[in-house]
Amino acid sequence: MAKVERPLSPHLGVYRFQITMTMSILHRITGVGLGLGTLLMAWWLIALAMGPGAFDMVQDVVSGWFGRLVLLGFTASLVFHFFNGIRHLAWDLGLGFALPTMRASGWTVAALTVIVTALIWIAGYSMRGM
Amino acid sequence: MSLRTPIARARGLGSAKEGTGHWWHQRVSAVALLALVVWFVVSLLMLTGADWATASGWLSNKVNAGLMLLLIVFTFYHLKLGLQVVIEDYVHGEAMKVVSILLVSGACLAVGLACVLAVLDVAFGG
Repeated sequence: MAKVERPLSPHLGVYRFQITMTMSILHRITGVGLGLGTLLMAWWLIALAMGPGAFDMVQDVVSGWFGRLVLLGFTASLVFHFFNGIRHLAWDLGLGFALPTMRASGWTVAALTVIVTALIWIAGYSMRGM
Repeated sequence: MSLRTPIARARGLGSAKEGTGHWWHQRVSAVALLALVVWFVVSLLMLTGADWATASGWLSNKVNAGLMLLLIVFTFYHLKLGLQVVIEDYVHGEAMKVVSILLVSGACLAVGLACVLAVLDVAFGG
């Protein structure tokens, strides 16, 4: 059967920015990103099982600038998915569907992501002493 | 052609043949992960910059090992369910869709199993 090139629904670009759609797509993107991040967790656990040599290698890679960048992305994704996940669970209970509430909760999640990610890293650095 | 009405087909487990199972399992694993992730992040913070002896000592604790196993099981199950939805949304060919879901499920199972074995090895191995 030949594919008919039908006109698509309005392209994404015609929509003006809305916090709700941004949070929605970020939930999916961070979910997939965290999926890739589980490989990091697997590597850490397997290295832990293998012994000091393998474990030190993981610590070296993770504490390098690139490792820290990946870890920062992982932390931010996890914090975002955590708080936005709570937002989704509230919707599942039928709570917070009014549009102003949805926008407010969206911005709350954005703010919490920045604040909590920063707090986790401050705690990490103070544990370690840079 | 079936003489059954559309409503009869949709009743019970519905057209997807699994009812609300997928949706419900995604929520249950999400709630479990809320608690486990907080524990995991706090634990990792305590282990910041730790050497192998400290880290493996932490995981040798049976409570930590148990919670880690729970975290692994719920994480990879939640991941499998989530990635399945993403695939179902974006991959349209039926064969490609089924193959993608099988591959992703297999990968989740494999990485999850590797994590479980690693934890068991640290907690119970010599």
